[in-house]
Amino acid sequence: MNAQVRRLFFVLVGLFVALVLMTTYWLWKAPDLEARQGNPQVIVQQLTIDRGTIYAADGKTVFARNRQVRKKAIGRTWYVRTYPTGELAARPVGYSTIERSRTGLEESLNDYLTGSNANLDTIVNNTIDKLKGITQRGNDVVTTIDAQAQRTAQSALAGQCGAAVALDPKTGKVLVWASQPTYNPNLVEGHFGQIANVSAPCEPAAPLLDRVSQGLFIPGSTFKVVTAAAALDSGHVTPSTTFNDPGYCIEYGKKVFNFADQSGPEVFGTVTFAEALENSINAVFCDVGKELGARAVLDQAKKFGFYEKPPVELPSDEISASGLYRNGRLYDPSDPNAVDPGRLAFGQERLQVTPLQMALVAAGVANDGIVMRPSLVDRIVSPEGKVIKRTQPDTWKEAITPQTAAELTAMMTAVVEGGTGTAAQIPGVQVAGKTGTAETGRPGENDTWFIAFAPANNPQVAVAVALSNQSGTGGATAAPIAKEIIEALLG
Amino acid sequence: MLVGLLTAAGFAAVYIARQDVVSAESLSYAAFFIALFVAAHVVVRFALPNADPFLLPLGGLLTAVGLTMIYRIDPNLALRQGLWVVVGLAAFALLVVFLRNYRTLDRYKYILGLTAILLLALPAVPHLGRTINGANLWVGIGGLVFQPGEFAKVLLVVFLAGYLRDNREVLSRGSGRFGIPSLKHFGPLFVIWGGAMLVLFQTNDLGGGLLYFSIFLAMLWVATARWPYVAVGLGLFAAGAFALYHVTPHVRERVSIWLDCSWTFSKACPVFDEGYQLAQSIYAISGGGFFGQGLGRGVLLTPEGHTYIPYLETDFIFAAIAQELGLAGAAGVVLLYIVFCYRGFKIALQASDGFSKLLAVGLTAALGIQAFIIMAGVSGLIPLTGITLPFVSYGGSSIVANFLVLGLLLMVSDRVNREGS
Repeated sequence: MNAQVRRLFFVLVGLFVALVLMTTYWLWKAPDLEARQGNPQVIVQQLTIDRGTIYAADGKTVFARNRQVRKKAIGRTWYVRTYPTGELAARPVGYSTIERSRTGLEESLNDYLTGSNANLDTIVNNTIDKLKGITQRGNDVVTTIDAQAQRTAQSALAGQCGAAVALDPKTGKVLVWASQPTYNPNLVEGHFGQIANVSAPCEPAAPLLDRVSQGLFIPGSTFKVVTAAAALDSGHVTPSTTFNDPGYCIEYGKKVFNFADQSGPEVFGTVTFAEALENSINAVFCDVGKELGARAVLDQAKKFGFYEKPPVELPSDEISASGLYRNGRLYDPSDPNAVDPGRLAFGQERLQVTPLQMALVAAGVANDGIVMRPSLVDRIVSPEGKVIKRTQPDTWKEAITPQTAAELTAMMTAVVEGGTGTAAQIPGVQVAGKTGTAETGRPGENDTWFIAFAPANNPQVAVAVALSNQSGTGGATAAPIAKEIIEALLG
Repeated sequence: MLVGLLTAAGFAAVYIARQDVVSAESLSYAAFFIALFVAAHVVVRFALPNADPFLLPLGGLLTAVGLTMIYRIDPNLALRQGLWVVVGLAAFALLVVFLRNYRTLDRYKYILGLTAILLLALPAVPHLGRTINGANLWVGIGGLVFQPGEFAKVLLVVFLAGYLRDNREVLSRGSGRFGIPSLKHFGPLFVIWGGAMLVLFQTNDLGGGLLYFSIFLAMLWVATARWPYVAVGLGLFAAGAFALYHVTPHVRERVSIWLDCSWTFSKACPVFDEGYQLAQSIYAISGGGFFGQGLGRGVLLTPEGHTYIPYLETDFIFAAIAQELGLAGAAGVVLLYIVFCYRGFKIALQASDGFSKLLAVGLTAALGIQAFIIMAGVSGLIPLTGITLPFVSYGGSSIVANFLVLGLLLMVSDRVNREGS
């Protein structure tokens, strides 16, 4: 019997070895498993880290900070995220929860906020902390958001479906990033139902959607700035070039009227190119577009950053690229004849743009044709108060020549002084802007716009406001909001 | 020997103290634990002076690891487990002191075998049985709930040892045509065995079924040295498993979860539904890394204080060990079982009489196989079947039964060494 006893032992040892190998196999698979749905390992581990605080640009207003939950007799201290300003900066800050993971800056800056960024200094400190059993502390983030102007923008947008974004055209710093309807990030964990049930004048209300960078609107006449840039840069057209407006433009043998919903089309007769922008005359831009061709207009749009995700510090899946869309996907036609150049020129066709992209267009014009890289983060500060990273202004796109920029600035200033954008006038400050009223084909469901920058001679602020489901025009609905934001920022 | 024991107890103290910033509570736990095992050791020294010096410390160390993990999961459970350890050691001491000659058990083998079957059938009795997690394995008398299967296991091993000793000549020689043993010799074995299996399937306890079948095969093979028995046994097992797979949805579900969630961990693994337990267990093991998250620092509890893995302190305690002590800790526990088996089989090798040999083999194999089945189930090596991890898992019946196994092994060892010297 002894031989069998020995063999039995070896069989058991073999089984145990297989067991240890299986356990090792899971270690090897760990990186794959960490990304799996429902795996609490990484998320919960990060809950034991004292995540950094997210501040407004003033370095005082707290958008997100940690709250120590409980100190159990066993186990470690847990930290739960709390958002003292509630809905104010729900976008772009996002949220960090157990149940629903993370979004916004909480997600994209997670490595910094948890102190797991690949910085030798941080890694050494954290390893020491870990060995000592001290709670790991993350880095603080100071954003570029102006809390006061952000508040102004959110309340101006309240009750609407839309977004407002303001940038410093010279540095690309985002000063305001407001999206409505929004949500209270403190409710995401545990009270998600309250967020989902929000009521708004649009369907779906989508309170979690970041309408600044993800919301796609039809640009309407604001896109005329891009068309005008292409025309002026081409050298064939100057602001004083004259056009004849019969009240419509002929496309594929059909008349396209300036305003489809008006009983009698507006007719301006002979106008300069500058006057055509001032009064937002579709017929003129339609002809200019046909003259330039769709390719040239789209190429100009790309120079402003269309067809790319603006490189702001948000998770890539929370940013949409602007451009022509077909069947819900970005569409760059290889055959320019597939696109109607006339309708493209005044921002209809199948154009879909984000407010962020249109703000970057305004910022590019304001900054002598240079589009700066947009940035939400001013600096990242270690728990010891050392600045780990500071965002330096950086050129993103060279969109137009300084001369074209100057000409466009003058034309856009005229829009606010005596054209469609008079609602954005600010006493003592010269505002350059462009309105947009994009027809969706359904009455009362227009996308309305205002893009602007100010002061026109030394721009400090570039802004874009977009609203959906409007019955009024961009000049009446969006321009006053843009004005409020500019006033708040220029203080 | 004393050194080994003290090392074990010392380890226990360190482990328990590391739970928290050294608190009076954890230290008193450790002190109490050391005192307990010193007492057990003294009993063994007097009652069984020639017994194997490693087995008790090994059992103590495993118990300490278990207590530590349970303490970390829920201090209240650890307190109750501590009480069960006291009961277990008391039962151990009583067994060692009063059952002077374990070979008298041989005389009562049929009674013991029948008792085992009755114990297994108890949970099926109306008003007595309690169903927990889909298996009716528990018996509740008043407020006390226990798992008779754990004790039936010990009794069955005793029966098999006695029975196979009596019949091994016939069984291994074979009689009648084709060398197949006659029904007369095989009959009682099959009756008791068939009954046990039937009861097991009836109570939905797959882990137990697998365990008893494996013990049976292992002991039969050791006794007869005949491969055909193993082959036929495995064939029977395969046929039974196949039939079960098609008859019981419970088994089908377990197998499909295993196929989806283990090995490939495919996207089909129902991580939020039926596959939740296994998926969470695998997450915990893989997240442990080589050296673990550290005791008390792993991801075992939700912020609300519930365990991520249901039955973490019983069936899934191996996952908790792997999470907090890492591959090193998990392999360490496995190594403890290997050493335990080694010492147990060594007793069997040295035993001169068949009953002692088979008893030692059976008890050791039972413990080793049980440990393997649950650890392999939790780590996805084989389909998951719920049984306890000997000495480590939370559970009174399990602890007491395992200390009885330990006691019997030590008695065999003492006798073997006494004869040898």
